[in-house]
Amino acid sequence: MKRALKLAFIGVCFWVMIFVMFLLVTTAHGKPPARPPAGPPDIQVKVDNFSFMPPDLKVPVGTKVTWVNRDDVPHTVVSNDGKFSSPALDTDEQFSFTFSEAGTYEYYCSVHPRMTAKVIVQ
Amino acid sequence: MGKYIEHDDAHDGVDRRGFLKCMAWAGTGALCVLQGGVLKSFALSDLAGYGAAAKKGELSFVQIRDSHIGFNKPANPDVSATLQTAIDKINALPTPPAFVLHTGDLTHLSKPEEFDTLSQLLKGIKTDRIHFVPGEHDVLNDNGKQFRERFGAGSQGEGWYSFDYQGAHFIGLVNVVNLKAGGLGNLGSEQLEWLESDVKKLKTSTPIVVFAHIPLWSVYPDWGWGTEDSEQALAYLKRFGSVTVLNGHIHQIMQKVEGNITFHTAASTAFLQPAPGTAASPGPMKVPAEKLLGVLGLTDVNFIRGKHSLAITDSSLAG
Repeated sequence: MKRALKLAFIGVCFWVMIFVMFLLVTTAHGKPPARPPAGPPDIQVKVDNFSFMPPDLKVPVGTKVTWVNRDDVPHTVVSNDGKFSSPALDTDEQFSFTFSEAGTYEYYCSVHPRMTAKVIVQ
Repeated sequence: MGKYIEHDDAHDGVDRRGFLKCMAWAGTGALCVLQGGVLKSFALSDLAGYGAAAKKGELSFVQIRDSHIGFNKPANPDVSATLQTAIDKINALPTPPAFVLHTGDLTHLSKPEEFDTLSQLLKGIKTDRIHFVPGEHDVLNDNGKQFRERFGAGSQGEGWYSFDYQGAHFIGLVNVVNLKAGGLGNLGSEQLEWLESDVKKLKTSTPIVVFAHIPLWSVYPDWGWGTEDSEQALAYLKRFGSVTVLNGHIHQIMQKVEGNITFHTAASTAFLQPAPGTAASPGPMKVPAEKLLGVLGLTDVNFIRGKHSLAITDSSLAG
């Protein structure tokens, strides 16, 4: 009697396992994997050696641009028209802005104002 | 020991070549005194003798700059220690300075804890007063509000002020706020108007000392080493017999003489920066650890009553 119960238990476990695997496979096919919303990818501007690289970035409308400071000294990212203004960024700190309107955005570092660049949004 | 250097190439009575040669010694410990266009040089070991003369009612003060408390990159991982070395040197001077001028970049990131550390360290200087003007690193994020709250008592506008001491007139200017895209240092019309009225009634014989962070002459505009509207400021000062302009910002010793105006900018207590145009950018320069103190420094300034120029001595933090 004991042996029969044991066999029955193993059998049930086996079929439960098969069923679970079946569910996983079918649901995996059934639902598409999560994707980020379609749109322009994030773009980075490297701040280093007292310059913005690239200095004349061209991006489509809707792009999120991230400035990353790789320099030894702090810098800021301030648009000439006041549309965006970062806090002071120490080495490895970053600042992002999403350009939702087309146009040419000239900006500079307010700590070292000879550092100028622009983002052209089309 | 004193010796005269006699080269009058510009035929204007000022021995510039000798002065510049002497300045090359200054980092290793020489005192250069320009008196009436003639240069005298003394080894710093003779300073005791010179110090005695200084005690006869003359004025001496010390300028430090660019301490950058908060900076911790390879060019100097411990800026508090090198500032303390500078403070120890000030306290070891034969004559305690009447006061100390800090010409800006006290901190590296304008953080409250950086200002706190700086204030704490400076408490150890044996002097009656310390006067400050901000550097661009001191006015981050708030256009200088915190700086003025801590160090701007008695100042106007963005933090400019003047005071008199033993017959000399001292003017602290602020040229690091409201900087425009593509520009250099900037004084602004409000400050220039104040400066004009501040010096209007002074006698031409009054020695003038101006201190500001960014150089008031065009050292190297490509790197932002200059002040856009300094010409106007200097126009108000041209009539005076002795004008000394003390700056910081560029972390190296540089001097220029223009008529009666002597411009002087000197070493940081934190890190060295490259000579104009010799590197891709004016960032902190790493030197071998054992050479660091040799490229940092402070400046001792002596006013000899009756002489038309101040005696400016740069000394490094080494030795």
